[in-house]
Amino acid sequence: MSDTLSKIEKRTAYILLLPAVFLVFSIILFPIFANVWISFKEVGLKDIRIPEPRAKKIVKSVKESPDKIKIIYKLRNSSLILDIRDVKFLDKIPKNTEPLNLDERCKLKSLIINCNFGDWKAKYKENFQIILVNNSGEKIDKKEIKSIKPKLSGKSDNILLNTNFTLKNFKKVFFQNEFFDLLSTTFYYTFFGTVGSIVFGILAAQLVNQKFFGRTFMRSILLFPYVGPVVALAYTWELLLDPYSGTLNNLLLNFQIIQEPLNLLGQKYLTINFFGFDLKLRLALTTVIIFEIWRYFPLAFLFILARLQAVPKELYEAADVDGAGPLQKFISITLPQIMAVISILFMIRFIWNFNKFEDIFLLTGGASGTRTLPINVYEQGFTISDIGMGSAVSIVIVLLLLIFMFIYFRLLGRRADEN
Amino acid sequence: MKIKSLILYCLISSIFLFSLVSIWKVLSTLQGIDLENFNFAIILTLGIGISLINLIIGNKLHKAIKSIIFAILFTLVDGYLVQSMPIWYNIGIFGILIFYSFKIDKYNQKNLDLDHSSQTVVFEFLTLFGIVLFSFVILFPFYMMIVTSFKTQTALLINPLDFSINFAQDIKELFKSYFVIFDTYKFGRYILISTFVSVGTVIITLIFAIPAAYAVARLNFFGKNFLSTSILIIYMFPAIVLVIPLYTVFSQLGLRNNVGGLLIVYTATTLPVAIYMLQGYFKSIPKELEEAAIMDKLNWFGIIIKIILPLSIPAISSVALYVFMIAWNEFLFSLMFLDNPNSFTLSRAIQYLSGDAETPRQYLMAGSVVVTIPVLFIFVYFEKYLVSGLTAGSVKG
Repeated sequence: MSDTLSKIEKRTAYILLLPAVFLVFSIILFPIFANVWISFKEVGLKDIRIPEPRAKKIVKSVKESPDKIKIIYKLRNSSLILDIRDVKFLDKIPKNTEPLNLDERCKLKSLIINCNFGDWKAKYKENFQIILVNNSGEKIDKKEIKSIKPKLSGKSDNILLNTNFTLKNFKKVFFQNEFFDLLSTTFYYTFFGTVGSIVFGILAAQLVNQKFFGRTFMRSILLFPYVGPVVALAYTWELLLDPYSGTLNNLLLNFQIIQEPLNLLGQKYLTINFFGFDLKLRLALTTVIIFEIWRYFPLAFLFILARLQAVPKELYEAADVDGAGPLQKFISITLPQIMAVISILFMIRFIWNFNKFEDIFLLTGGASGTRTLPINVYEQGFTISDIGMGSAVSIVIVLLLLIFMFIYFRLLGRRADEN
Repeated sequence: MKIKSLILYCLISSIFLFSLVSIWKVLSTLQGIDLENFNFAIILTLGIGISLINLIIGNKLHKAIKSIIFAILFTLVDGYLVQSMPIWYNIGIFGILIFYSFKIDKYNQKNLDLDHSSQTVVFEFLTLFGIVLFSFVILFPFYMMIVTSFKTQTALLINPLDFSINFAQDIKELFKSYFVIFDTYKFGRYILISTFVSVGTVIITLIFAIPAAYAVARLNFFGKNFLSTSILIIYMFPAIVLVIPLYTVFSQLGLRNNVGGLLIVYTATTLPVAIYMLQGYFKSIPKELEEAAIMDKLNWFGIIIKIILPLSIPAISSVALYVFMIAWNEFLFSLMFLDNPNSFTLSRAIQYLSGDAETPRQYLMAGSVVVTIPVLFIFVYFEKYLVSGLTAGSVKG
């Protein structure tokens, strides 16, 4: 009895899970494996279109014989690299007309021209011509012929499905792609973005955890940057930071804080004279990191605030009795209490910032020393149009990600053991 | 009185005063007023002076009278420094001083003598500082977004710092950018598409996620533990590593430039978090209720509809709002999958608009306002639900 029940339970569980698992598998897991496959192939953006036989129909009148008309089909194989086999062609002609000297590859059957063009090599082109004549000598309507579209079909290989593999992409990733530059920029961005957002998150949480007028309002607006659409926020920042028309530069110039406008998003290095030493600051990268902190500190704030509100009040009361000051209370009560949240936040945010694409893409497009690995995926795949390279960079990201996750779950596991 | 506390009190309070006044000056400058100096030294000195006098007077005068005296004094000196300012500027300065005087009123010779008084002073002023600075830094870009959308290119060329809005002009002139983006750039259509995609994603995600979450929360089956850990791991995979394969496959299947394709992708990417959030909540529902239902010969469909759903309205609302927010704000997939202006979402449309260097920036900002207002409105209105959604789901973002 209980055996059949548990069988029914199992079956129900699988039925309930199936749709979700199927969708997640096909849209998330399948692409990750597909990446591996594509990364070992030499594929460009143009090659991924399945080759199609195409025909452009041009209709011309024949001089001094209005009952005749010339149709030229510009035939071509849309692919530059793949052949099409067994190309078939269908087109209709109007009533009372007839083709003159029809090509031997074609047949006419009840006003339908049916051709068999055989195989087309890559880049194949042909001008195929038909002359139509009206049986009763009347004028043929050009528009009517133009409005009918020919139908073509053919068989071809899919470049993604053949088994030609190469290591070229990975060689390029590591040796021709300024890989270590990319990696260091990514880590720089990720690390400072994460630490910055956590530090500001702690400050904000500490603030909102106190009682003051307008506290709930404050809590709401602190989350605005995180809730707002990235496109709108990034463009607003871009306008604010523009070297010529941007408000920030104009304000700084107006109050004579700077003498020349700063191109905050377009300048790679800014040299600062610091006690006689010339320090080179990566300006655009720093700006992008500040945007990142501005946008994601609310998240850290939310987590830490939730933790702070769960800290027992008695701890602080006891500290008051012992005569501890605010600083001591923060260091010896608050910090230890939120340490666990901070370390989890750090790992999660680190993983996420490592993969951030939109923010940099919208602000600088990866120029001026802000090219991170995710930006590189897009550039390789869609700017340089090398899908294979883009996939190879994605694979590098996935591998690094797996390492981070391994560390994260190990730490999480150890923490769970401790508790 | 401790000297250290005294010095800290004077310095920090006057720096606080300076920052308040400076923010006011920046905001006034953005109304087209010609201000070129923060007068750091003078205002700091004034601030120190006021803090000291406040200590000396103590409780001898009522705090309202004290505040008004300070405010009048400061406004006069500041008015002399900056000369011929509009009256609202001076009223603002006056208001800031009243606020400031009320804040420093509670400090007197006695409480600067207490233990840790220097730390307390620093902490209290840092809190005030924090509130003012955080609010300013966060709201400023939103403020600029809105005011820019009401200006014209020529007006900004004449004075790039004048963002004052002329309410006297015709409504059509005032909202010109908005009329243009709706008439010329078809933003009405994009709002509809974005709404359709976001609401569609929410509905499909819930239809898929609720049964799955119920199975994970309640039923025993082979591979359950594996599945619940995989949900989290899958959730951590970023969109950028999915983009190339999805792009190639969608191109070959003809699903690009198709809102349906976008719906599938959004649903799949939000499903793991939806399942994760829902199953946590379902586990907290007492099992006895379902056992009674099983006695009544309800099948799983009946259990979900009649028992689980009514009890988890709050959790489902959180998930729905969170998924809506993700779908509404999503940019990467809409960039990859949509090239045809007829099927753009709002985010993609704004990005497309900015691709043309000729597009006046007030149109761009009007578009940004249009895409931002709905989410912020929903967020403020349903904050309670969204915040719990964010905390539960925001391992991602």
